[in-house]
Amino acid sequence: MIELDIAIKDKYYPNSSSVVLKDVQFSVKSGEFIAIIGPSGCGKTTLLNMLSGLEDASEQKLLYNSKSFNNSKEHQLGYVFQQPRLMPWLTVKENLQLVLPSTQHQIIETLLSQVGLANKGSFYPKQLSGGMQRRVAIARAFAVNPDLILLDEPFNSLDVPTAAKLRLLLVNLCKSRGSTVIFVTHDLSEAVYLADRIIFMGNSPSSIIHQETIELPKPRQESGSAELAWQAKLMAQYPQILAGSVN
Amino acid sequence: MSRNIAIKKHANHQSLTSQLAKALFQAFLSPLYGRLIMLIILAGLWQGTAWLVNSSDFPSLLIVLESFIYHFYQGDMLVNLSVTLSRVLISFIIALILGVIIGILMGTSKRLNQLSDTLLIIALNIPALVTILLCYIWFGLVESAAITAVVINKIPTVVVMIREGARVVDQDLLSVAKIYQLSLSKTFFKVFLPQLYPYIMASARAGLSLIWKIVLVVELLGRSDGVGFALNTLFQFFDIAGILAYTFAFISIVLVIEHLIFRPLDKLITRGRHCD
Repeated sequence: MIELDIAIKDKYYPNSSSVVLKDVQFSVKSGEFIAIIGPSGCGKTTLLNMLSGLEDASEQKLLYNSKSFNNSKEHQLGYVFQQPRLMPWLTVKENLQLVLPSTQHQIIETLLSQVGLANKGSFYPKQLSGGMQRRVAIARAFAVNPDLILLDEPFNSLDVPTAAKLRLLLVNLCKSRGSTVIFVTHDLSEAVYLADRIIFMGNSPSSIIHQETIELPKPRQESGSAELAWQAKLMAQYPQILAGSVN
Repeated sequence: MSRNIAIKKHANHQSLTSQLAKALFQAFLSPLYGRLIMLIILAGLWQGTAWLVNSSDFPSLLIVLESFIYHFYQGDMLVNLSVTLSRVLISFIIALILGVIIGILMGTSKRLNQLSDTLLIIALNIPALVTILLCYIWFGLVESAAITAVVINKIPTVVVMIREGARVVDQDLLSVAKIYQLSLSKTFFKVFLPQLYPYIMASARAGLSLIWKIVLVVELLGRSDGVGFALNTLFQFFDIAGILAYTFAFISIVLVIEHLIFRPLDKLITRGRHCD
């Protein structure tokens, strides 16, 4: 497990002078589940890409367990992208084998059972539904036993029951492994169901406009009365928070 | 009564005709029978035209077949075919390997692409005949000169195809490799190269057809064996049936290669991509 301290001064769009992220600073405790909510285009995906080492800024400080992060073998990441990004020419099993050393291939069957795809190991991604492909992507992220898991709106564009099933799967996997998670979403109820803390981001150039710890006990209910009441209270206090403003 | 019977017979005849037409059409649609029917139609057209023209300049299919049997059993056809085929194979493998390497380098490095783009356009547009003649003049009428000439002619077309493939490689999939810290070889062979397989396959197919044509010119100009040399000899005797017999023999070999090698390989490398 891992603790993070993040400080990003200015992050520009590639080949542009316009700023996407400005003075973004927050910490994540070990085993904490953070949800990041913000309006479209505010740089949530850019932030995750920076945390994963796919992008960087001119002035940034990313500390993982108080040490600088350089995408070395020291810190193993799991990243579930908006699209599953599975290799179409590899079967489900081969997609998982790809990210694992050969000595750990025996865990694949267990992992596939955990995500409900025990009999789909020999299928190619195109032979699976969108929901199943995302389950494989989640299994791949957990396969490497990551210190940190990044999820970028992984249940976007899925039907409601499938998304609910996958959320439950994520909750169970995180619970069994005690993972540190950063989860990007634009759905407040999803964030309330999953997270320990929500970070709200403003419009571009984006920075953190508000943080809220969710004190509700776990496991939570999707659209449970306590969860709905929590959301209602927040929205009454900050009616424009989802649009990127606390004023 | 008899009128009714006649109408019934006519109707039956019509339905039989339509059924036959339908069956033929369906057969035409099925891949194997379709191809076979096309070949039979082509053969029929040829035979009919030869019969109408009635000239030794346009031999019938039967005469070509007789010539084929003669050259196959009594001539040097087998030797010439094997010599040409080995030249094609060697040139093909060298051109493909070098073309893929250069194409990948140019497709992935903007700087290298800028530097060598003009060179590539020049290489693409140098006539095959010029390369062949220069190779024979510089290196002599030897086997290595022949192979070099074919390889130089083919490499640019492979490079162009592979470069285009390497340019459009899915960066999202490569980012997966980076996130999960895959080794360089795993990233190349499991993530990068599979994306180029369709381009490699296309350039291999186009390459084979182009290479064997160039090899014939190379043989015609400076070798004393092979199909190109044999065609030159047959041309001097105006043996048109012999020329066509050799052509058929080589086309048949290419068809066998297509069915036994390219198609199964195609199926293998496109697995998982077309299974909706």
